[in-house]
Amino acid sequence: MLKKLWNSLYAWLDERLGLNDLYKATLDRPEPKGNWWNTLGSASLFLFVLQGLTGIFLTVYYTPSPDHAYDSIQYIMTGVAYGWLIRGIHHWGASLMVMVVFIHMIRVFVTASYKYPRELTWLIGVGLLLLTLGMGFTGYLLPWNQKAYWATTVGTAIAGSVPWLGEFILKALRGGPDLSALTLSRFFSAHIWILPAMLAALIGVHIFLIIKHGESAFPDKED
Amino acid sequence: MAGSHHISRRDFIKVATASVGGVIGAVLGIPAILYLVDPALKAGGRDAWVPLGPVENFEIGKPTLVTFVRTKINGWEKTSNSYGVFVVRKSENEFLVLSNRCTHLSCRVNWNEEKQEYICPCHDAAFSLEGEVLGGPPPRPLDRYEGETLKVEEGVLSIHFTEG
Repeated sequence: MLKKLWNSLYAWLDERLGLNDLYKATLDRPEPKGNWWNTLGSASLFLFVLQGLTGIFLTVYYTPSPDHAYDSIQYIMTGVAYGWLIRGIHHWGASLMVMVVFIHMIRVFVTASYKYPRELTWLIGVGLLLLTLGMGFTGYLLPWNQKAYWATTVGTAIAGSVPWLGEFILKALRGGPDLSALTLSRFFSAHIWILPAMLAALIGVHIFLIIKHGESAFPDKED
Repeated sequence: MAGSHHISRRDFIKVATASVGGVIGAVLGIPAILYLVDPALKAGGRDAWVPLGPVENFEIGKPTLVTFVRTKINGWEKTSNSYGVFVVRKSENEFLVLSNRCTHLSCRVNWNEEKQEYICPCHDAAFSLEGEVLGGPPPRPLDRYEGETLKVEEGVLSIHFTEG
């Protein structure tokens, strides 16, 4: 009885949403013979979602101001139930994501999967790698401890060494000539709004292209 | 294979994926919910005896406003809240202390000498000398300290105050 009700409800939804086609295109598409190295893209996507979720939870208590940033994180670590777990996953997940995305790139390079017709998938992937590094760089400042402060001082100073445009880039990154509340605030904004929005959009295109072209087969002796 | 306990490779993968996914979901989901609602689970309302001053400060029959400040740590931030109470000395040894917080919407009431009423400036609520509602929207009398929650020790009047 319930089964019948569910089937008719599902048929009604499927007719309008195309659920079966969606399932076939995303999860049930034909794959060439592969191995565990082919799972790193999915692993990257999983880590992106995990970082997104834990990041959203962290903003519940974190306060991006020089007066409160450090103390609010101390509070997350010691005063909130499972705060240490949420922040721990976000902290270690960040390093893991950089590693997984990087190894994913190496795999694509080694198997020559970047060739026709997948050049754009590769280029967008390069953008995704850079955005992931940007997430790491901006997120590193947010604890507002000594390590964060000096890492960002050095990192933005390196960006400032560009000929001609250096001073402009440095001031644009820091929100002024020095590291200040403005730096923390704009890094926070970049970390939770600007970069994730760009990442999500590019991930969408990346996945669309993979579904469109299918995954590449490993090259054989002929290639 | 009918009747045997073997399951197909496909079904095994389905079950394994669902169970591993379920475990990951639970391990992340349950702490996440507790993390969000944590402030609601914390024991609030520290209590303490707050001295209001020597008894000779209080005139019989006339309410006296006494204010005091309590500091509290919210998360990582220390905040000071000020509170006010009216001390009503009914006789030489009989005291009643009333919170000056209106029971309607928490505005602070003032003693009006002419009318002999506490008047709330927000919605014109009126309370009698002993805190009973005389008019206006309040649902109940002013919060009171008497009996167990009030003491006179070495000539000093104190109330047993619990943070709300």
